[in-house]
Formats: sequence, structure tokens, C-alpha cells
Amino acid sequence: MTDVAYYPGCSLHGTSREFDESLRAVAAELGIGLTEIADWSCCGASSGHTTDHLLGVALPARNLALAEAQGFDTVLAPCAACYNRLSAARLAIATEDGLAEQMPDILGHPFANSVDVHNAVELLRDASVTIEEKVAATLAPNPLEGVKLAAYYGCLLVRPFEVCGYDDPEQPTSMDEVIDACGADDVDWDMKVECCGGAFSVSRTASVLRLGRAIIDNARSHGAEAIIVACPLCHSNLDLRQKAMAQRGEEPMPILFVTQMVGLALGLAPVDLGLGRHFVDTEPLIARLVQQAAKRVAAEKLAKEEAAAKAAARAEKQKVGVAAGTSGAEGGEAQ
Amino acid sequence: MSAPSRTLATDILEATGINPATCYQCGKCSAGCPMASESDLRPHNVMRLVVQDRREAALSEQSIWLCLTCETCSARCPNACDPARVIDAVREMSIEAEVADMPRNVAAFHRAFLEQIRTNGRLHEMGMVMEYKLRSGDLMKDVINAPGMLSRGKLSFRAERIEGVAEIKRIFEKCGVTP
Ligand code: SF4
Ligand code: SF4
Ligand code: SF4
Ligand code: SF4
Repeated sequence: MTDVAYYPGCSLHGTSREFDESLRAVAAELGIGLTEIADWSCCGASSGHTTDHLLGVALPARNLALAEAQGFDTVLAPCAACYNRLSAARLAIATEDGLAEQMPDILGHPFANSVDVHNAVELLRDASVTIEEKVAATLAPNPLEGVKLAAYYGCLLVRPFEVCGYDDPEQPTSMDEVIDACGADDVDWDMKVECCGGAFSVSRTASVLRLGRAIIDNARSHGAEAIIVACPLCHSNLDLRQKAMAQRGEEPMPILFVTQMVGLALGLAPVDLGLGRHFVDTEPLIARLVQQAAKRVAAEKLAKEEAAAKAAARAEKQKVGVAAGTSGAEGGEAQ
Repeated sequence: MSAPSRTLATDILEATGINPATCYQCGKCSAGCPMASESDLRPHNVMRLVVQDRREAALSEQSIWLCLTCETCSARCPNACDPARVIDAVREMSIEAEVADMPRNVAAFHRAFLEQIRTNGRLHEMGMVMEYKLRSGDLMKDVINAPGMLSRGKLSFRAERIEGVAEIKRIFEKCGVTP
């Protein structure tokens, strides 16, 4: 059992609580222990470091210091923005002159900068063998088997490479590996690491709509049935704003958190994964996939039964043949 | 702040460790910039202004406020010029020199955000929206779909407040930031 300090960040306590719900549900299935960092505070996001470099380091550092004091060596930050800020602070304190010495005074806590920062995709990729085994052992038909899904990484999971470094910044594969572990089919598309305009989600909506539309169109034209994300900001930009992006007559594109996807493959109930909280209704897609999976499993069962029946009939014939003394080479082996 | 004899490129080198003069204007940064189509000056143009030491033009350039800090340009620059960081530095200088023509809504957003953190330790989205509306003066703007968020359990009226608010205030004070 892995045990990590969990840093939910403000989004997972607020607008993206389905990311929190699905993460907790999936972690429990996979035997990963999550302990929420007691009294964690906001990392400051881009407002912190845009306003002041030191503030942009100190706000995330407080949380690293808390995790450290609470006895952990790994922090899980599922929100890509938090992950990026926590990782950037960790790196800055390790490499920039004087920062490490300043921290205890600024924070009012001792701080050794000893904890690693991981994101949710990294955690799931590292658990992909377990995911595969659990999916195979799940009784309900896997609704994701063979379904085309587009892994969308955006900016903050992979850039800058010096800060993130857990995957390739231009051709990342970690989320695709998790998609595969779920039995689904990762789509090869062009916009995996393209920016959705997140920084302007409130102040310059027109840019966000333009960028989001391009991402959704590209995923659609490559056959994706849903886009998988691991960032609350990417999610709200693509989900909440999709209505404003859509052209007439287009099918809406469901946007799922990577943890919701894993939960579905593990047979968890959509309601326990917070799938009812989205703006683009996920219900029609899930209903269709569940039906498809049931049909597939029924067809497989039928094919197996037919094969078994044929084999039995063949064996029967051979028996009859042996009895009638007309046995061939294989017939001779039968008793 | 800087002596007039110093060039903009030297100032940036000193502040960031990046030497903008090494930019050979290949334009790869701009090819991938998501805001290129909306900006008068694209990242390689800003690099050029910096290298040409056109300080005033660079610091008052509107395009620097259209940068999303997505880091695509820096990830793709074949020469490690880190244009995203250079643009960041130009923005900082622009604020400091008070030629700052930071679009009011961008400034309002950051201020509203930080004020939330300073008082509660965590971001309260509903409070943030109200604060932003007041600061940007854009009272009627539908920044988020509040009714839709409420019905989906995504927004709450109550702010979460941490135990260690005093520690957060200390951090802001020590860093010399007052939102
Ligand atoms: S990145 Fe956003 S959600 Fe995450 S803690 Fe920072 S502000 Fe809160
Ligand atoms: S929200 Fe958009 S802008 Fe922010 S990281 Fe995700 S992709 Fe990039
Ligand atoms: S910053 Fe880098 S990518 Fe951009 S023009 Fe200069 S050398 Fe080319
Ligand atoms: S960081 Fe700014 S300049 Fe660079 S690609 Fe992104 S938006 Fe363009």
C-alpha cells in the first residue's frame, strides 16, 4: 500500500469536486492511501508568481513544509496547476541562491525541502499494471474496451520540462498508458499539449473559446468519443464553455477526468465518480458504452457457447465413429 | 531604476540569467504561440525589440499582456532563449516602471485572487467572482455560469478558512505584497 500526502487544492474542494470524488474512489480500489495535508493552503496559482517571485515560491512551500512535518516524502497534487506550482517551488528552493535559507523565516516553520511532488497521471501510470489486473478481474463488462479516447495534457502537466520532467513535453505518453491500461484505445492526435487559454478563462473569454474549439474539433476529427483531462482548469474550459464553442448540429464532446475514466473501467458507479456534475452530459455516452459492452460480452459468450457446442458435437461424432468401428487417426485415441 | 547606459537585454540577463541576444529570430516560438493570431507582436518580435534595446516600445507593448504564460515558445526554442521568461521579465519591468498599462481586468483578476488567499488561506470561488467584479468594474459580466455551477454542487456560499491564516498573512508581509 502506497501512502501519500494529498494536496487537493482549491479547485478540488470547489468547482472540480468530481476530480476529488473520483480520485478517492479509484485510490481506494487500487490500494493507494491518501492523507489530506492538514490545514493546507492555496498555492497562489499564477497570480502568486506573476505578482511576486518570492510569494510564488513561499505559498506552495508552506504546503510542502506541512507535508514534511506530517511525516510524508511524497505529495500528490492532482490539479495540474497546483502540481506545477508545487514542483516549481521545490525546484526554485533547491537551485536558487538564498531561497532555502529564507524559507524557514518566511514560513515560520523549519523546512528541508525533502518531499517529492507527483501528479495524478503519474500516480495512475505507475499503477497501470494494477489497473489492468483489476479491470480484468471486474465482473461487469468493461464499458471502455476499445473505445477511442483522446489524452489531453495541456500545458501545466508537462511544461516547463525542468519543473515537471515526468514525461516528454512534446509527445507525452503517460496518460495514453493509463487509457490503454483501462482497455480503451488512445487516439493519436495533434493537440495533446496545446494550450487552452486557461489563464484568460475569466478575463478574455473569446480567446478561450477559439482555443478550446480547435482542441475539441481536432479530437473529434481523430475519432475520439471523449477527451480525458487531468486538470480542473482544462476541464472547466472545455466542459463549461463548450456550449458557447459548439457549432450547430455538433455532438457535444464529453470531457472526463482521468480518474473518472479509470473508475468506469473498474466498474464503479458514475454517481460515485461525480459524472453527474459536468456541463456536457456524460450520461448518453456512458449509457451507450455500457450497452455496447454488454452486447459485446453477450456476443463473446454466445460465440464461446457455440464453439463449445461444436466441440462437443465433434467429440460425440467421434465417439459414434469409434463405436461403429470407422475411427480415423484421432478417433483411435478416444476411449 | 536602471542606469540609462544599461541596455534592456543586459537588465534581463541580470534578472533572469537569460541572454536575449542569443535569439537568432528563427520564429519557431511564434509558430507555436496560441496567441500569435491575436497579438500585434509575436514572441520573436518581442525578443527583437529587447535585443534592439527599444525599452520604451517593449515596456508599453500591449502584446505582452496577451501572453498566456503557456511556455510553448520556451519548450520549442531550439536555442534555449526562454522567450516566455523574457516576456515575463518585460512585464515585471513594465509594472515597476509604471508605464504599466496592464489591462485593468488582468490586474483585477490577480488582486482579487490574492486577496482571497490572504484572508482565508484558500480560494473561495464565489467570493473571488464578487471581488473580481468590483475590482474590474465589470459588474454585469457573466464570468462563470454561477447558477449552473450551484446546481451541480460546484459552488458554495461559504468560504473555507484555514487555521493558519496568520501564517499566510506573515508570508504576504515577508514577501512585501499587499493585494
Ligand atoms: S492551483 Fe488553483 S486550485 Fe490549485 S491550489 Fe492553487 S489556486 Fe488553488
Ligand atoms: S488550463 Fe489550459 S492553459 Fe491551463 S494548463 Fe490546462 S491547458 Fe494550459
Ligand atoms: S526565441 Fe528562440 S525560437 Fe524564438 S526566434 Fe529566438 S531563437 Fe527562434
Ligand atoms: S508563453 Fe506566451 S508567448 Fe510563449 S507561446 Fe505561450 S502565449 Fe505565446
